[in-house]
Amino acid sequence: MNEIVTYAWWIFAFRWFHVLSAIMWIGLLWYFNFVQAPTVPKIPMELRPAIGKFILPEALFWFRWGAMATIVTGLILAYMNGYLLDAIKLGIGDHDPNFSAIGFGMWLGSIMWFNVWFVIWPNQKKVMGVTPASDDEKKAAARTAFVFSRTNTALSIPMLYCMLSASHGVF
Amino acid sequence: MKNPLDSLGQTVTLGFVLTVVVVLLIHAFSA
Repeated sequence: MNEIVTYAWWIFAFRWFHVLSAIMWIGLLWYFNFVQAPTVPKIPMELRPAIGKFILPEALFWFRWGAMATIVTGLILAYMNGYLLDAIKLGIGDHDPNFSAIGFGMWLGSIMWFNVWFVIWPNQKKVMGVTPASDDEKKAAARTAFVFSRTNTALSIPMLYCMLSASHGVF
Repeated sequence: MKNPLDSLGQTVTLGFVLTVVVVLLIHAFSA
């Protein structure tokens, strides 16, 4: 058993959970941006409340906790691999592009995680009526959540380039 | 001026442009 569950296996296990939770998070982010946002205006008005009442709360639950699981497993993985601090300082002084790449990936991912928990989720709570808000406040909250969700969609492209290139021999 | 993030196509294009910028920064930071 000790030969199977080695330290290297634990590193792999955290990478596995990191990828599983990241797919949950980014998959739902892309669902919101590629499917839901462009489709809602085409849905007849009387059917639209179903999105807000049934689909959105469930999707946002897995979305934000997927983001949380991704950052936690990612930080543990970086620590176990011994490059957490090198990555945080973007590899400056290390002369190793892999540290810079994973560092940029981690910073971009962290900005995206911050946007989810401290911008998108609080604003979506207003939109869904979890936190009290007037109609004008709800409209402004929906706009803010949309812009930050689109920002995260744009950031997900370089973030994934950094994450994948750092561990697949690009540099 | 219209916010480019209102367009899904422009959002994705921005993502690829940012990728080029980040790759250049990676090379600059690790030189």
